[in-house]
Amino acid sequence: MSEILRIENLHKSFDDLEVLKGIDLTVQSGETVVILGSSGSGKSTMLRCVNFMESPTNGKIYLNGDLIGTERNGKMTYKEAELCTLRSRIGMVFQHFNLFPHMTVLENVLEGQVIVLGRAKMEARDKAMAQLERVGLAEKAFEYPSRLSGGQKQRVAIARALAMDPEVMLFDEVTSALDPELVGEVLKTMRQLAEEGMTMLCVTHELGFAYHVANRVLFLNEGIILEQGEPQSILKNPDTNRMREFLDGHSLFKLPD
Amino acid sequence: MGHTWDFATILQNWPVLWVGIKGTVFIFVITVVLGLGGGLVVGVARYAKSPFLSWPARAFVEVFRNTPVLVQIIWFFYAFPILTGIETDPFLAAVLGISLNTMAFSAEIYRAGIQSIDRGQWEAGKAIGMTYNQTLRRIILPVAVKRVLPALTNRGIEVFKMSTLASVVGYVETLNQAKLIADLNYNPIESYTAVALIFFVVLFPVVQGTYVLERMLRKGD
Repeated sequence: MSEILRIENLHKSFDDLEVLKGIDLTVQSGETVVILGSSGSGKSTMLRCVNFMESPTNGKIYLNGDLIGTERNGKMTYKEAELCTLRSRIGMVFQHFNLFPHMTVLENVLEGQVIVLGRAKMEARDKAMAQLERVGLAEKAFEYPSRLSGGQKQRVAIARALAMDPEVMLFDEVTSALDPELVGEVLKTMRQLAEEGMTMLCVTHELGFAYHVANRVLFLNEGIILEQGEPQSILKNPDTNRMREFLDGHSLFKLPD
Repeated sequence: MGHTWDFATILQNWPVLWVGIKGTVFIFVITVVLGLGGGLVVGVARYAKSPFLSWPARAFVEVFRNTPVLVQIIWFFYAFPILTGIETDPFLAAVLGISLNTMAFSAEIYRAGIQSIDRGQWEAGKAIGMTYNQTLRRIILPVAVKRVLPALTNRGIEVFKMSTLASVVGYVETLNQAKLIADLNYNPIESYTAVALIFFVVLFPVVQGTYVLERMLRKGD
C-alpha cells in the first residue's frame, strides 16, 4: 500500500470559532477511513477541507505526494484553477444528494466528464453507463432525479462522482437524509466500492458500517482526533471516556441480543 | 352624452394605423430582447461576489428602477445629446429608455431566481471540479431561468405596452399614428379606442398562453 492522501496540521476557523485545531492524517491507497464524532466536532469540516470546499485556515494537504497550493512566507496560497483540478480528482457525495434536477440520470453522470475532463461524448457515455451499472441503476439512465427514491438518488450521486475516476472518495453523512429502509442499499454500494479497493473517507453515524467495512476509525472531538484505531478494538474498547459516552449514546435504545 | 360611434374613418385610415402597428412590433422586439437579455447580465453581476461587479450593477438597477420610463425617454431625447454630444433620434431614445428600464427590472427577477437555487447545487458543481462560471451557466441558470419564466413573460407584456411611451418623442408607432388620425378626422374617441382594442387583441391570447406555460412549468417540478 502507498500513501495517497496526507493532511498536516490542518486548522480551520470560521470567524472567531476554531473548528479544527490541528489534524494530522495519512491515508493509504485503498483504505476506508470512517470518521465519527458528535455534531460540532469538526468531522464534516475536515472532510470538506480535503477537497477545498472550505479552504483551510492553516495546514497542508498532499494528494498522491503533491502538495496542494504554493507556500509563500509560511502561508499557503491557492489558485482557483488548481483547486478545480484537485476537486475533479476527488469524488464527493453529500447528505442531500444534490443531483442536477434539470438533467436525466445519465446527463448527471456525463456532466463532469464532458465539461470538466473534456472527455469525448461516446467515451463519457460508456463510462457513465458502466458506473450506473456498478451502482445498479443502469435501467434508470433516462429518468429524471425527481422520479427516483432517496436511496436511488444517492447511488446516482455516487456514480456521478465515480465517473470522474477519483483517486479518493469523500462521503459526507450520505445516509443521514434517507428513510431507514433505504440506508442499506447505499451502504451496500459503499461496501462494494471499499472491497474493490477505492480509497474512502466517510463521515457517518452508521457504527455497523464502521465496524464491518472500515480499516480505521477516527473519533473527532472538539477539533482534534481524540482516538483512532482498528474498528474492532476502538468501537468495543475505546480508550477515552468521551468516546465511550459517544458510543453509549448510539446504543441507548438497541434491541436486545 | 350620446356619442355615435363611427369606426369607418378608422378603417379608411387602416394603412396609417398599420404603419404604426409595425413600428410598435419593431420597437417591442428590440427592447424585449435587449431588456431581458441585458437583464440577465446585470442580474448575474448583481449576484457576483466581487464588489467591482455587484456595486455598479446595483447602482444601475436602482437608478433605472426608481425613475419613470417616460422621463428616461424624454431625457435620452433632449438631455443626453447635449450632455454627451451623441446624437439620438426618437427611436434610439425610446429604445434606450425602455430597454434600460426593463434590464433593471428583469435583473432583479433573475437575481431572485439565482438566489432561490439550493446552495447544494453550487456545491455539487464545485465538487466535480467545475468553475464558478461553468456551474452558473450549466447548473444554476437553466433551473433559475425556468423558475422565473412567468415573471419574465409578465415583464415582456409590460414592455409591449410601454412601447406606446415612445410616441412622446415622435417615434412612429400605434399610438402616434392614432393621434395623427384623430387630429385629421376629429375622431379621438374612435382612434384611441382602436389603439386599446389592438393592444387587447394582441395581448389577451399571449396572457392566456402564459397561464398554460405556468401550469406546464409547475407540473415539471
